[in-house]
Amino acid sequence: MTIDWLHFTPWTSLAGGLLIGAAAALLILLNGRIAGISGILGGLLRAPRTDRRWRLAFLGGLLLAAPLWRGIAPLPAMHPVAGDAALVLAGLLVGFGTRLGAGCTSGHGVCGLARLSPRSLAATVTFMLAGAVTVFVLRHLVGG
Amino acid sequence: MPNLFALLAGLLFGVGLILSGMTDPAKVTAFLDVAGAWDPSLAFVMGGALLVALPAFYVARRRGTTLDGAPLQLPTARHLDRPLIAGSVMFGAGWGLAGYCPGPALASLSMPDGAPWLFVAAMLMGMALYEARQWWRGR
Repeated sequence: MTIDWLHFTPWTSLAGGLLIGAAAALLILLNGRIAGISGILGGLLRAPRTDRRWRLAFLGGLLLAAPLWRGIAPLPAMHPVAGDAALVLAGLLVGFGTRLGAGCTSGHGVCGLARLSPRSLAATVTFMLAGAVTVFVLRHLVGG
Repeated sequence: MPNLFALLAGLLFGVGLILSGMTDPAKVTAFLDVAGAWDPSLAFVMGGALLVALPAFYVARRRGTTLDGAPLQLPTARHLDRPLIAGSVMFGAGWGLAGYCPGPALASLSMPDGAPWLFVAAMLMGMALYEARQWWRGR
């Protein structure tokens, strides 16, 4: 293992994490809800009409972040790593998988771990491992 | 009010995702690439988030209600089962493949360059397929 010191950003990543944690704290303390993005989005497909507004409001806020950021400072660069076919396959896996597994990085990884849920710990370890194995296969076996 | 709080929470969440580096797929896959040139930054995202979320969830669970007395809506499932693990494997595989998990993918949609529309469309399709499966199994 070699550490990529050139791209290592502990302070901005920590600061971003604190904001994400603050968002999750706000939602549980004021709305009594889990800030799990796949759950909030997926719930739109099945939730009763009365339960849709807060979901849309949260997702609206999420979408507003980038335009607001751009009004103050340039957005950080994005570097895509997948072509169109891989994006579609990945999207299908992430969409189906997060609903079947009842959460993603935010629902299990942040909120689930924060409420000390063994299910969320198992899910987080599993998707981290699956992600690492996928990158290993793509980069070091297939990509060589 | 709950909708205003949700909007603010979403906004804060989105700014956190952009600041942390989570919206850059190359940064995400560099974090998952432990055998290559490993960038551990994203461990700091989860660490930072837990630093704030842990005490908040502790308070919420002790109270059993929100700060203004409304009930908490927490997941009720307790046991580790096959759907949890199978779903997490699928999610992890997709995450490693494209470098997007649901939050950063959505937050990136309103960025002008390289918005991951294709990924988000496929993700919604995957979620709809799950709903179709549930409907089919419940008939």
